[in-house]
Amino acid sequence: MNGNGAVLVARDVVKYYGNHQVLCGIDLDVRRGEVVCIMGPSGSGKTTFLRCINHLERIDGGRIEVNGDLVGYRTEPGGKLKEDSDAAIARKRSEIGFVFQRFNLWPNKTVLENIVLGPRLVRHVPRPDAVARAEELLRRVGLAEKRDQYPGRLSGGQQQRVAIARALAMSPALMLFDEPTSALDPETTGEVLDVMVELARGGMTMVCVTHETGFARSVADRIVMMDNGAIVEEGSPEALFTAAQNPRTRDFLARIRH
Amino acid sequence: MVRELASVQFDWTLFFHRLFDPTSQFWHGLIITISVAIVAQIVGVLIGGVTVAASRSWRPLRALAFLYVLVFRGTPLIVQVFFLYFGANIFLGFTLFPRELDLLGLQIQGAILAGITALALNEGAYMSEIIRAGIDAVDKGQMESALSIGLTRRRAMYHIVLPQAARTIVPPLGNQFNGMIKATSLLAFIGVTEIFQDAQITYAANFQPVEVLAAVALWYLLLTIGWTLIQMQIERKLGVAHTDTAVPFSRRALGFRMRGET
Repeated sequence: MNGNGAVLVARDVVKYYGNHQVLCGIDLDVRRGEVVCIMGPSGSGKTTFLRCINHLERIDGGRIEVNGDLVGYRTEPGGKLKEDSDAAIARKRSEIGFVFQRFNLWPNKTVLENIVLGPRLVRHVPRPDAVARAEELLRRVGLAEKRDQYPGRLSGGQQQRVAIARALAMSPALMLFDEPTSALDPETTGEVLDVMVELARGGMTMVCVTHETGFARSVADRIVMMDNGAIVEEGSPEALFTAAQNPRTRDFLARIRH
Repeated sequence: MVRELASVQFDWTLFFHRLFDPTSQFWHGLIITISVAIVAQIVGVLIGGVTVAASRSWRPLRALAFLYVLVFRGTPLIVQVFFLYFGANIFLGFTLFPRELDLLGLQIQGAILAGITALALNEGAYMSEIIRAGIDAVDKGQMESALSIGLTRRRAMYHIVLPQAARTIVPPLGNQFNGMIKATSLLAFIGVTEIFQDAQITYAANFQPVEVLAAVALWYLLLTIGWTLIQMQIERKLGVAHTDTAVPFSRRALGFRMRGET
């Protein structure tokens, strides 16, 4: 640990798809309570990096720590990294919330069951407690009345809010958002962003891959620009949106702001 | 005189007799047919599941699973039945299927056990392909969201993926069981006294195979129709839970339409 209260420490993270290098040594620290937005053109490796953080993707070099523990790997005597056991990886993942672009709610389970399943199966929370907590989370995302609906009956924005509640039910130390509003129509984007803003204000540590400049501007403590598998620039929203140093950053920001 | 007439014309009396008022031997055979089909199907599904698990594990097991499916799908079922019954004892060097064996106080013909084994092994090869296809049909995001919540791969498969795969697995599984009911007739050739052998024994004595076979064929039809009705219920149960999209396979195949469906 760096002693600065870092929840996430990524060092020199390298990832290949076959011969193609998608991550070329990413370094990123995220402090407790910090909100970091990762931006950049598609194909720059943002989503891949995010998926590496909770080991949905293996990494080919470097290390990723959450709350001081390696994610997905353990150190062998001699310092080499070896992929961890399925159970150990699962335990680590339960501390990291992940919100997918396409929600990935379980369609054969009600909204309530979607949220309750993790705490029940992973943390062995008694059912009444898990249900009470799920209901509280549903109120927070404004969907208390949908508890017994199936996801197929909800709008995209509602589904994504349920997905956020599902991740929060595990009381994660870190929340990862993978373009959470990209699959939504403009009307429902707002309701999801509102929930995320609320979460950020409540002190949640968040890493968001997003194209929402308005959101990034209002809640991000730091914006990280990625291009071609590397971080090309990072800084406060103020600094980046008004006076980006890197020409590719300027170019990208100009394009997404029309 | 009557006998001569009957041999050239279809003997309706005998046919109806075989159909509606069968002998006690037939009832005994029917119990064997049904229980062999059910047990072989259940074991076949389990073997299929194990094969899928093996085909996703380390390399030697993967190769073994591949070879198993290749062999059992690629050779005739009747050969497998014969081979297991007559061949197993020779190749193993000990008696795997004795003439008669005692299973928890239940006397069972060795041939029945050999037959169930052959049917189940054959079924397992087909079921593994059906289960694999069912799992592949579930969106990858389902597994990923289950993993992200902190489930292990195995528990995610059991709690999230398999229940959804079941919807795609059940229609072809029903088809397989339909085939299984009829395939049990092959066990007649290794001396299992199920309903087809009962028919064989009967026409060997009365020289009226057409009437006897027509009656037993209708009995198979009765069994498969009964199963189809059960299958429709199962599919309806699986279908109601969430989406309202797909019309279950068997109903489509039979041309059934519920009100409101197009």
